[in-house]
Amino acid sequence: MSKNKKKIFSGGLGQLTIPVVAIALLVIFNLIRDPSFFGVDLAHNNDGNIVLSGNLISIINGASELAILAMGMTLVTAACGGQDISVGAAAAIAGSVFVKVLKTSPEISGGKVLLAFICACIVAMIFGSFNGTLVAIFKIQPMIATLILYTCGRSIAYWINGGATPTLSSPIITAIGSFIPGIPIPTPVLIVIAMAIVFKLLFKFTALELFTQSVGINQSAARLNGINSTFIKLLSFIILGVCVAVSGSIGVSRLGLINHETLLLDVEMDTILAVAIGGNNLGGGKFKIGGSIIGAYVIQMLTITLYAMKVSSTDVKAYKAIVIILLVVIGSPVVKEKFGKFMSKLLENRSKETVKGA
Amino acid sequence: MQDEVLLQMRHIDKKFPGVLALNGVDFTLRKGEIHALMGENGAGKSTLIKVLTGVYRMDGGEITVEGEKISIHSPQDAQNNGISTVYQEITLCPNLTVAENMFIGREDGAWIKHKDYEKRADEILTRLNIPARSTQQLENCSLAVQQMVAIARAVDMKCKVLILDEPTSSLDDKEVNMLFTLMKDLKSQGVGIIFVTHFLEQVYEVSDRITVLRNGELVGEYLTEELPQVELVAKMIGKELDELMDLGETEEKEKKEAEVFYEAKALSSSDALPFDFSIRKGEVNGFTGLLGSGRSESVRAIFGADKVTGGDVKIKGKPVKITSPIDAMKNGIGYLAEDRKRDGIIAELSVRENIILALQVLNGMFKPISRSEAEAFADEYIKVLNIKTASRETPVGSLSGGNQQKVILARWLLTHPDYLILDEPTRGIDVGTKLEIQKLVLKLAEDGVSVTFISSEVEEMLRTCSRLIVMRDRHIVGELKGADLNQTKVMKTIAGGETENVEK
Repeated sequence: MSKNKKKIFSGGLGQLTIPVVAIALLVIFNLIRDPSFFGVDLAHNNDGNIVLSGNLISIINGASELAILAMGMTLVTAACGGQDISVGAAAAIAGSVFVKVLKTSPEISGGKVLLAFICACIVAMIFGSFNGTLVAIFKIQPMIATLILYTCGRSIAYWINGGATPTLSSPIITAIGSFIPGIPIPTPVLIVIAMAIVFKLLFKFTALELFTQSVGINQSAARLNGINSTFIKLLSFIILGVCVAVSGSIGVSRLGLINHETLLLDVEMDTILAVAIGGNNLGGGKFKIGGSIIGAYVIQMLTITLYAMKVSSTDVKAYKAIVIILLVVIGSPVVKEKFGKFMSKLLENRSKETVKGA
Repeated sequence: MQDEVLLQMRHIDKKFPGVLALNGVDFTLRKGEIHALMGENGAGKSTLIKVLTGVYRMDGGEITVEGEKISIHSPQDAQNNGISTVYQEITLCPNLTVAENMFIGREDGAWIKHKDYEKRADEILTRLNIPARSTQQLENCSLAVQQMVAIARAVDMKCKVLILDEPTSSLDDKEVNMLFTLMKDLKSQGVGIIFVTHFLEQVYEVSDRITVLRNGELVGEYLTEELPQVELVAKMIGKELDELMDLGETEEKEKKEAEVFYEAKALSSSDALPFDFSIRKGEVNGFTGLLGSGRSESVRAIFGADKVTGGDVKIKGKPVKITSPIDAMKNGIGYLAEDRKRDGIIAELSVRENIILALQVLNGMFKPISRSEAEAFADEYIKVLNIKTASRETPVGSLSGGNQQKVILARWLLTHPDYLILDEPTRGIDVGTKLEIQKLVLKLAEDGVSVTFISSEVEEMLRTCSRLIVMRDRHIVGELKGADLNQTKVMKTIAGGETENVEK
């Protein structure tokens, strides 16, 4: 009996416990603080569409770029045991390419947007393979390898549009950045869902998940089982490149302009954090994309909560840091192990008592 | 000078959970002698060294240096008592100069007196004939010189006992000779040297005395000149007859008529010297030799595990190119690596994922094995091989060694290989599982699978193999079959030399 209980319990204390508990605590905290915090309304927006609005929607919407980047980052982390710190800069490049292609003529059609996105994707994948080559072939530590693009990425973005910050105004761009007429859910949220499905299908119809985890956990054994670890690592960076292009394009569409200096600024650190909060080992190996997505929402909810509490934007970072320290320490193997021991002891005692009672 | 006892270890015991790693071992080192410490894997050599250098604490026994009883609780204690160690892998700092390396951690006072140190370092280097300058960056020296700088550091720290743990394993012949000259020099200055190595020839070249350990116990101490090589090997390997099982008639094992499945001519890799090899369908052959003889390196070359540098390979008579594990796998070859933890298991993944891994790689990225199929495979092999695991979803790292090994066996069996290479599949696992694996090997051969089987235990190889390839010092020195497959003959071939009168 006690054995069964333990099994159920250890199953429950899986990778997703911490991010799920964190999000639950934030929800409860907000509900106590302000019961109407999560109220969702249907309202008319500026374009006359009936859309969902409220804090909850803005949290989920605002975390979209972060969530998409976190998916790709999870894969890179798992395969390479390191992180890509150039995602923000690369997104600025991808966003600039996106705008550049759209600006070739004044007309913006659906086909042209698709073309612009494909161009952004290709460029981001090229930069991804640049990072990937440094990491997988030259065996440079990921953080150092991607520091190069982190440093020069926004300059490259600057050159693409000749230093200008061109604006885009088109119903199609608005539809991507905010709402598609007739659909009350923000489009970026739909894109996150679509990306999550793409990853799910990728793992279902290819052996990528098994191969990536094998490479991340034990590269030597993976090699002796015929896995090409160089290719797997390179591939993870290329896939992250696609995520970068999607996020960059969303970011541009949301604002209706490209600002190479501010687009997704500092997003890399939040992305890495989302992966960590999601319970993924930053040293590589086993991973859960779902954890990273929840991690992204935890970060965003924390930020919005702090703003709602009238914390000034300068102070938000400090408060955020405090909460994050707590989350990371609670999720650390040391605490997890202690907690696990404590709980199994508790269960043992309880089952003893039941026996006595019987 | 040789009769003055320098170091004495008496009745040393060391227990690890479940194992008695050292059981009442005695060891005596005299002044000015080179004393070889010999034994196969798990014999207790490194445990003894680690007790002496303070890495481990002994559970019983005593150590005296020059007649005085000492207690060693840390590497620092060992050093203060004049016991220094130079390990196989260099433990100096490659980015510092030679002089800095010699004096690091032992500066007197707060200031580092570079000039003084360089002068002193140069003196020692000249005295010991070490071809290096004190101002040279250490990483610019050859491995042998780095090794010698480490020794010079030890010597300058007034060591009385110098332990050299496999110092020659990464050196070439010329470098080995340089090292030996230095060792003989130190010996004439009265330093007692403990020399741990797997190379028999080197033992006979420099050592005065040999102590042999086996299974954590002392076999004996011998004068090198009085112990023929073949006897040394016999003492190291031991002759315990594993009478637990009779695997049936050995005569049946030979299959002459069967076609040759794999054939290599002058196959070589970054780690293996060129060799010829072939195996027939349904044959079980073995590679034997002491550790470091090149047996693992050779089979790794067959599988493409190390960088293949040359050779012609034919499978069923057709020329093929095998330069990487995936090439070998596509040609129906499986390889169970020697180091289970490092090269075998993916510890955090489940038993199921570990079992399907090789098959999935063969199927390719775009043909994933479905969850239900994978579960069926896992369940099947858990049952067939009797793998003891809580469930198929248990991380393989939490299984016992024997069961981990079975999971990896399952992984290769699932690919239905034509030729399976098993490198030390029975090392460090319990006797019951050993027997199961031996039985499995014979069954596979019956089903027409060719198997290459490597084991440190000659008995085990004699029971399973119909042909034994013997290696010494990275060369094949013999091929034994039929009536020659007996322990005496095997040991004689391993040891080499022309000694005819071998005691059994």
